[in-house]
Amino acid sequence: MLADKDRIFTNVYGFQDWGLKAAQKRGDWDNTKDLIAKGQDSIIDEIKASGLRGRGGAGFPTGMKWSFMPKESKDGRPSFLVINADESEPGSCKDREIIRHDPHKLIEGALVAGFAMRARAAYIYIRGEYIREAETLQAAIDQAYDAGLIGKNASGSGYDFDVFMHRGAGAYICGEETAMIESLEGKKGQPRLKPPFPAGAGLYGCPTTVNNVESIAVVPTILRRGGEWFASFGRENNKGTKLFQISGHVNNPCVVEEAMSITFEELIEKHCGGIRGGWDNLLAVIPGGSSVPLVPGEQIRNAHMDFDGLKELGSGLGTAGVIVMDKSTDIVRAISRISYFYKHESCGQCTPCREGTGWMWRVMERLRVGESSPREIDMLYEVTKQVEGHTICALGDAAAWPIQGLLKHFRPELERRIAERENSVPEAVE
Amino acid sequence: MAARKIEADTPELRAQWGDWTFTDANREKADWHIKKYPEGRQKSAVMPLLDLAQRQVGEETQTQGWLPLPVMEYIADYLDMPVIRVLEVATFYTMYNLEPVGKFHVQVCGTTPCMLRGSDDLIAACKARGMKKGHISNDGLWSFTEVECMGNCATAPMVQINDDNYEDLTAERLDTILDALAAGEQPKTGTQEPGRHTSEPAGGPTSLKEMVDANHDYRSEW
Repeated sequence: MLADKDRIFTNVYGFQDWGLKAAQKRGDWDNTKDLIAKGQDSIIDEIKASGLRGRGGAGFPTGMKWSFMPKESKDGRPSFLVINADESEPGSCKDREIIRHDPHKLIEGALVAGFAMRARAAYIYIRGEYIREAETLQAAIDQAYDAGLIGKNASGSGYDFDVFMHRGAGAYICGEETAMIESLEGKKGQPRLKPPFPAGAGLYGCPTTVNNVESIAVVPTILRRGGEWFASFGRENNKGTKLFQISGHVNNPCVVEEAMSITFEELIEKHCGGIRGGWDNLLAVIPGGSSVPLVPGEQIRNAHMDFDGLKELGSGLGTAGVIVMDKSTDIVRAISRISYFYKHESCGQCTPCREGTGWMWRVMERLRVGESSPREIDMLYEVTKQVEGHTICALGDAAAWPIQGLLKHFRPELERRIAERENSVPEAVE
Repeated sequence: MAARKIEADTPELRAQWGDWTFTDANREKADWHIKKYPEGRQKSAVMPLLDLAQRQVGEETQTQGWLPLPVMEYIADYLDMPVIRVLEVATFYTMYNLEPVGKFHVQVCGTTPCMLRGSDDLIAACKARGMKKGHISNDGLWSFTEVECMGNCATAPMVQINDDNYEDLTAERLDTILDALAAGEQPKTGTQEPGRHTSEPAGGPTSLKEMVDANHDYRSEW
């Protein structure tokens, strides 16, 4: 188990004050000027050495992402850092804990990361439903301004850097980076075609990097303790510590920071008090937020909870929002509800997603009660393949994968429901 | 896609809302929001301004608030942008109420993580009180919506009522909260599980135990 001294988010449960003075006592904003004095290239190299991969789901190497930003502005355009706090993926609830209990880690991270990528300001895009969380974050930003930690000559570093908060208003799709940029510009959050990539032309047409809250909030600690320290946790290519969020049918659902690559069993036994009804009662797990395919219980018990370990099982780490389902679960309904979610959240821009998500959900609802035929199961699979990869953003993929996971592992259950219904409906013509 | 349309543009609507403007306090807040964005990019502030407007309408009507068309026209004018662009934003984002709502907007999360922990019971408890989607209860107190994942999965199931979350609910706990709100009281927000603080495992944290009672600094152990 990860030692407490190696946990980055020591106030993750909010037992102590989130405010500046208390945060400083825990080590935040400790001589931030020195971190900045390392220089842009040295900060980026340290983050690369730490092996940090983006914590928002895709797992792109964070240091490399920053290195795509222009080193100088040839045409006078400023650069921006956009911090993705639009946490809306079902099963994910980690950024909320950072924002409401350790906001100064995020703001300090914004300054250091923003400096490293030569950004003029950071916009923190927080989901609209995080109302109290946004109040805390804005109050923390105000504290940092008042203390001279951000703003003109931030932390006495000679670097000018602003941090602004922007609240969303209830659209999952704004967690997609280009939709987030559109939304920040005051428009509907519909994703942009890429290229151009945000690092070339993002917010207001300026070079922009979009990073997840957790990716940014871990940066100051990594720089203080060294990339090597962070890289000492987890397996090769899956380094660091990570906030896991365990929901569903465990005895004690929780958010907890653990070393990457911890096994599923250890995670559940150490922190969640075990599976409800014991391990024999485990049906399936969605290990990385609703977008990733489910994994049957027997396969996940010894799995390493990291990018590669879950990829081997045909799933993914995603946001590490672990949804556990025991044998009392109506698995078809659980996935159908996720299909409804994607239908509700499709932005409507691309036809395969706008039409496909509704179509898939309606078929799922019929499969739930067995009002279907085995042929239609194959047709549903075909349709998920026609949606996947044929849309501007990954929402189409995210809607397809959970269904594909269900069909791959629970087809006999679907066929059983169809057969059961056929047997119970009296023949119309006899 | 959520199909959303605005309240019909009628003479009555115009009569009630045609002269609507921000209060002085909200005008100050609106200008503070606009300043967050670069010169000439004031359109970026449309979301915070719609939220401010909805809240002001809420105060004026003793409800959670909503966005009548003349109010949206006022915002468009305030930001020097076409009304249709404001309408696009207001209809795209689900937190903007496009029709009047009750004093309390009960938003039950029904997505899978909450569903697994019993959100069906919460929805049933709301329905038992006569709440239904798109309908204000006769006493004007309640509006009801089943919403998508609110990001409280480790303390599921949950509801959001106006600005506050109530987590770790059962039907009985929700009933207690709704009774308190109806009686004009402010119930405890956050988790309703006795002894639980936030998202630590129920029964006490399995890590960072020193943080429970003191603002522990771990740096000396690095």
